[in-house]
Amino acid sequence: MIEIDRITKMYGDTAAVDAVSLTAESGTITCIVGTSGSGKTTLLRMINRLEEPTSGEVRINGDSTLATKPHLLRRRIGYAIQGHGLFPHHTVGRNIGAVPELLGWPKDRIRARVDELLELFSMEPDQFRDRYPGELSGGQQQRVGVARALASRPDLLLMDEPFGALDPIIRARAQDDLRRIQKALGSTIMLVTHDMDEAIRLGDMVAVMDGGKLVQYAPPAEIIARPATSFVADMVGEVERPMRLLSLVPVAEVVEDGAADGEALPADASLRDALSACLWTGRTAVPVTRDGAAAGRVTLDAIRARAELHA
Amino acid sequence: MRIGTILRPALVILLLALVLRPRWFAPVFAPLAPQGAPVIYERSSLLSLSLSHLGLVAAATLAATLVAVTLAILVTRPAGAAFRPLSRTITNMGQTFPPVAVLALAVPALGFGAGPTLVALFLYGLLPIFENSVTALTTLPPTTMEAARGIGLGRWQRLLRVELPLALPVILTGIRLSVVISLGTATIGSTVAARTLGEVIIAGLLTSNTAYVLQGGLIVGLFAVLIYDALVQLERRLARRAGR
Repeated sequence: MIEIDRITKMYGDTAAVDAVSLTAESGTITCIVGTSGSGKTTLLRMINRLEEPTSGEVRINGDSTLATKPHLLRRRIGYAIQGHGLFPHHTVGRNIGAVPELLGWPKDRIRARVDELLELFSMEPDQFRDRYPGELSGGQQQRVGVARALASRPDLLLMDEPFGALDPIIRARAQDDLRRIQKALGSTIMLVTHDMDEAIRLGDMVAVMDGGKLVQYAPPAEIIARPATSFVADMVGEVERPMRLLSLVPVAEVVEDGAADGEALPADASLRDALSACLWTGRTAVPVTRDGAAAGRVTLDAIRARAELHA
Repeated sequence: MRIGTILRPALVILLLALVLRPRWFAPVFAPLAPQGAPVIYERSSLLSLSLSHLGLVAAATLAATLVAVTLAILVTRPAGAAFRPLSRTITNMGQTFPPVAVLALAVPALGFGAGPTLVALFLYGLLPIFENSVTALTTLPPTTMEAARGIGLGRWQRLLRVELPLALPVILTGIRLSVVISLGTATIGSTVAARTLGEVIIAGLLTSNTAYVLQGGLIVGLFAVLIYDALVQLERRLARRAGR
């Protein structure tokens, strides 16, 4: 559990981060969203003490981060940034193994961990272990950057716009990968982004920052349905609200018995996908399959009813 | 690249022959020597002069590198940043003093021989190495430096594992410039009795023997070209490893 307790950062007379408190449960993704200058990056950097807080403190599993020397603290906290920041003169393997090496793991254990992570990120270890970052594509470099941040099984992974430098298709894939890996490893992640879509897609909880203050901290569905301020409403976007909401709900939630024609959707597809399928093919219902077997259908009426629940 | 693969060994062989078997070149240099004067310099062995010349350059460059890189590291730390203008001024002064003046001033203090030459070469070699090291250490990729701090490297670890390896190709460029300047400048050390290849050139100038001048000049020139080339190759290899 990560507890941020009234943390403040002053630059001269202005507060970059103004008495922000929030608690993130272990094994969840918390997305911190805001415009540039909202203090979101400063907030993140105070967690691993790349910035020293002016007041307040952060506790990780109950221990204050102020109790450890900053560089030792950072070895326990994964850190991945935009533009990956890999060491260009070290191989992929050495980059990923950097923190375990600092922690004094034995060589064979580091090697096993590097291979395990490369496999987790769908990169063939024999092919990638000994290459240099300059020889990889942007998407591969970014995956190595995240793998390095995860290498020592940190209590917490901090990510600062990790997908900011990627093109939209690669970014969507990287987001899916992160979700999958986070579920597999049970990691606790705090991720900074300026992209509300990304926050809603990835976050178990979303923290919206504005002018150094935390203006809303809630699950994505609540951020969309009940924005706390007009700023949050602007970030979500009035027009896209219903679609964003539907994108959070799996079809499994409104599936009903019955048959429908046409191509089927898997049960973990979102209502947004189902609505899109209905509109595009002129159907009023779409069949749903679970593990390849028919599981019922989703109707246009059910989708509408679900969307209106929050109106 | 093709031309280099032929030219490089050819120049090495020419240099070795000039140093080890100077007699072979007597017919070539004969037309340049005055009537009745010796064509080939034989007052001391060219090999020992070459080794002493290279030794002086190596010692001066090594000392200049140690001092300049240490200074550059100090002034690129946050605590030392205030001293950057001062250290620039000092190394610039080393460069503005003509080496001949340094030799003249150093002789009363250090006596004749290798001492004054070492001092002149050392002072002269500081600036390129210092300037390049400061540039290299202040233009490292910012995301890499941020990540180095972020994953928990301490100050020394950042310096030794990330900053210096990444800065090395540019620092080496400074060392290369310094070496080449020193190889040429070392010849005037022979005016104060340092054993360098300048001895051959000066002997030629004193006796109007162009053959001597050419012989000495050719050897120094070939050393400079070949060492320059070797260091360029080394830099390329390091730069490739540093992923730049």
